[in-house]
Amino acid sequence: MKARLTLVITAGLLLVLAILPLYARWLEEPFLLTFSTRALILALAALSLNIVLGFGGMVSFGHALYLGLGAYSVGISASHGIDNGAMQLLMTVMLCAVVGLATGWVCLRTSGIGFIMITLAFAQMFYYLFVSLKQYGGDDGLSISLRSNLVGLDMSAPLTLYYSSFASVLAVVVWTQHMVRAPFGMVLQACRMNERRMSALGFHTLRYKLSAYVLSCVIAGVAGFLYANLTGYASPAYLAWTVSGELIVMVVLGGMGTVLGPLVGALTLLGCEELLKGMTEHWPIILGPLIVLVVLLARRGLFGLALDWDARHAQAKVKP
Amino acid sequence: MTSSLFFIQLLNGLQLGVLLFMLSAGLTLVFGIMSFVNLAHGCLYMMGAYFAATVYAATDSFVAAGLAAVGGGGLLAALVEWVVARRLYARDHLDQVLATFGLILFFNELARWVWGASPFYMNVPPALSGTLNILGVMYPMYRFAIISAGLIAALGCYLLIAKTRVGMLIRAGSLNPTMVAALGVNIRLLNALVFSLGGALAGLAGLMSSPILSVQPGMGEPILILVMIVIVIGGIGSVQGAFYAALMVGLIDTAGRAFLPMLLREFIDRSTAQAAGPAIASMLTCIFMATVLALRPQGLFPVKNK
Amino acid sequence: MTAPSKAPLQTQSLVKRYGGLLATDNVSLSLVHGELHAIIGPNGAGKTTLIGQLGGELQPDSGDVFLQGECVTALPAADRALRGLARSYQISSAFPEFTVIESVALAKQAHGGQSFGAWRALLKRTHLVDAAEHAIAKAGLSHRISQRVSELAHGERRQLELAMVLVSQPKVLLLDEPMAGMSHQESMKVVDLLAGLKGQYTLLLVEHDMQAVFALADTISVLVNGAIIASGKPENIRQNPDVRSAYLGDEELPE
Repeated sequence: MKARLTLVITAGLLLVLAILPLYARWLEEPFLLTFSTRALILALAALSLNIVLGFGGMVSFGHALYLGLGAYSVGISASHGIDNGAMQLLMTVMLCAVVGLATGWVCLRTSGIGFIMITLAFAQMFYYLFVSLKQYGGDDGLSISLRSNLVGLDMSAPLTLYYSSFASVLAVVVWTQHMVRAPFGMVLQACRMNERRMSALGFHTLRYKLSAYVLSCVIAGVAGFLYANLTGYASPAYLAWTVSGELIVMVVLGGMGTVLGPLVGALTLLGCEELLKGMTEHWPIILGPLIVLVVLLARRGLFGLALDWDARHAQAKVKP
Repeated sequence: MTSSLFFIQLLNGLQLGVLLFMLSAGLTLVFGIMSFVNLAHGCLYMMGAYFAATVYAATDSFVAAGLAAVGGGGLLAALVEWVVARRLYARDHLDQVLATFGLILFFNELARWVWGASPFYMNVPPALSGTLNILGVMYPMYRFAIISAGLIAALGCYLLIAKTRVGMLIRAGSLNPTMVAALGVNIRLLNALVFSLGGALAGLAGLMSSPILSVQPGMGEPILILVMIVIVIGGIGSVQGAFYAALMVGLIDTAGRAFLPMLLREFIDRSTAQAAGPAIASMLTCIFMATVLALRPQGLFPVKNK
Repeated sequence: MTAPSKAPLQTQSLVKRYGGLLATDNVSLSLVHGELHAIIGPNGAGKTTLIGQLGGELQPDSGDVFLQGECVTALPAADRALRGLARSYQISSAFPEFTVIESVALAKQAHGGQSFGAWRALLKRTHLVDAAEHAIAKAGLSHRISQRVSELAHGERRQLELAMVLVSQPKVLLLDEPMAGMSHQESMKVVDLLAGLKGQYTLLLVEHDMQAVFALADTISVLVNGAIIASGKPENIRQNPDVRSAYLGDEELPE
C-alpha cells in the first residue's frame, strides 16, 4: 500500500526545510531564517505535546511551563557566567524531569476537565514564580548575553541554531514514528482508547502515562533551551497560558496523533500569524474565530486529512 | 501584627472569596451539566466590567452600570452559547478548550480595539465610598458592599437551585443530563439558561470588581485560573462546593499576599520579600489544590452519583 | 486472613453496600480447578458488582477474594491480571483503532514484564505475534486477523474478547455475558469454544442465556438481591423451588 500523498508531503517538507537556509541567503532575507528557526523550535515543543495529547489523550494546557524552564535554565546559568551548552542542557533535562514528575503525578490523579485545569494552574504558578524573581529579570525577563556553546557548536550562529533545531525535530519525528508501533506507544494509545480495559489486562497504566508525560516535558524543555538561544531572552511570557494554547492549536491543526502533524501545524499557524500580522494589527480578531472554525469543521487537522485521503485511495485500489 | 490588621485581611479574603464564588458558580454548573469546558468565562467577566465602567462613565448611575453588566453578561453568554457552545456539547473537551481559546483571543482583541489597551478606571460610586465601622475596625464601605453582594448572590443561587422548579431541573441535569432530556424537558432552553445565568453572575463580578481593579484587556484570564482551582477543589458541578472552596481560596490567597511578605522579611530583604508575596500566594493555592487532589480527587463536595 | 484452600478462585463473605442498598450480601464462593462455574440471577441481582469485586475494579466493604490461596482483596485489577485472572467484558469496544492482531498481541505484551520498548514494533516481536495468532485461531477469528476492531461485527468482537483473554494463558477466566446479543448460531460456536476450555482453564461465567448455562456448567450459583440463594449441580438447581420462584416471570429454566 503506497501512502502516496503523505509520502510526498513528508519528503517535500523535509527537503524544503533542509535547504531553506540556502534559499534565505540567496534571497538575502535573514528574517526568513529566524522565522523558520522559531517555527522549528515551536514545532519541537508541539511534537512533545503530541506525545501526551495526540497519542496519550491527555490534554495538557500547561506545556509552555517546560518551554519556559528550558529557557530559564539557559538564562539563569548564563547570568552566572556558565555558557557550557552541555551543562545547560543537562540542567534543563533534570529540571523538566523533576518538575514533570511532580506535577504529572498530581495531574494524573484526575482526568478530563480536572486534568486540563490543573496543568494550567501549575504553569500559572511557575509564571508567577518567575515574575517574582526580580534578580533574574522578573516581569521584564532576562537578557542572555552569553549564548550556549554546545560541544563546540556555537548557538549564537543562526545557521548552527537552525540546523540544531532541524536535527532535533527530525530525531523526534523518526523516534515517534517507531514509538507509536512499539509496545510503549501502543500501550499509550490503548490507554487513550480504553484505560479500564488496559488495567484489566494487567498494565499499570499510571506508569506509562507518567513516563510519557515526563518525556514530553523534557523534550519541551530542550525546545526552550533552543528558544532562549534564538531570542537571547528568557521571559515569564514564555510560560503564559496563551503559549500553551497555541501549542495545542498547532497539534490539532496539523493533525493530532499523527507523526508529522505538529510540524505541519506549527508551520501553518505561525505562517498564518505572520500573514495576518501583515494585514492588520488586530490580527487576533481574525485568528480567534479561525481557530473556532477549524475546531468545528477541520477536526482531523491538515496532515490528518492527507492520511484520510491516502486511506481512501488505498481502499479504492483494493476494490475489484 | 495587630488583631485589627488581621481582621481587615480576613474581610479582604472574604471579599475575594465571594468574587470568586460569583465567577465559579456559573462555570461549575456549565462544567457539571453540559460537561463543557468554557475558558471564555473570563471574557464574560471582562466584558461585564467594561460594560459597567462605560455606562457608569456615561450616566454616573451605579444602578444603570449594574444592569448593563449583569444584563450584558447574560446576553453575551447567551449569544456565545447559541453561536459556538451548543455545537460543541457532544464533542470532547479538547475541542471545547480550543474553541473557547479562540474566543478568548477574539474578545481580548475586541476589547483592545474598542476601548484601547490602557486600563479603564471606574470610580467608586459616592454612595458606597467612605469607611464603615465593623466591630471596631474601619473598613472600606465599597469592599463591604462587595461582600454583601456576593453573599446575596450566593443566597440567590441557593434559593434558585434548592427551592424552584428550574433549580430542580438544574440539579437533575447535573446528576443525569440524558435522563432530564429524555423526560421531555426542553434541554436546549435549560442549557441556554444555565449558560446565561453564569454569564450574568460573571457580569456582576465584573461590575463589583471594576472600581477596585483596573479594567483592561486580558483581565479575565488570571482570575479564571484561580476560579478553575476553586472548582476543582470544590468538586466539579457542585455550587455548594464552589462556595466553600471560593471562600477558602480567597482567604488563603489574601493571607498569602498580606502576611507572607511580612514573615519573609525576617529572612530576606524587603523588596525581594515584597515581590515574592504574590508568587508564593499563588503557589499556596496550587499546593492547596494539589493536596486536595492527592487526598480527595473528586473534590471536597462532589456531586454524587454521576 | 487465612486462605482455607488452594482453590483457583475463592471468596469469603464478600459484602458491598451502595448507600442503603446491599449489592453484595455475604457471598462466599469456591471454584474447583477446571470447572465451569456459572452465576445466574434475575436482573439487578448484583452480578456486575460481584464480578467487579472479583476482578479488582471494585473494593468490597468487607470480605476477601483469594486467587490460588493468595489473598488479593487489596490488589488492583492489573495486579490480579498478572496473577492469572483474566476478565472479558460485556460491552466489548476495547481498542477500536487497533486491528485484531494488534489487540491480542498487546494483551499478551501485558505479561511480558515491562512495556517501555519504544523502537521495535509490537508486531515484529515474534513471541507476541505467535501467541496472538494461536489465541485468535482458538477463538475462531483467524479470517479477520488484520481487520480493524471498529469494523468487526458484534459476534466477532466477542470472539476478540475471548482471544484477548486466552492469549495470556490465565488460570481463571471471568466471563461477563459473553453471549449477550448473539444469534443462536453464534452462541453455539461460543458454547463449543467454552466447552473446549474446561479442564484446562477454570471459568466463572455470568450469563443470561440459560440454554448455554445448563449445557456448559459444572456448578451453578444463583444470585438474588446480592446473595447466593442456591449453589450446586445443574440438575439440583433446576429442581430447587427457591430458584424457580425467583425466576418466575423472569426466565424459563430449560427442562
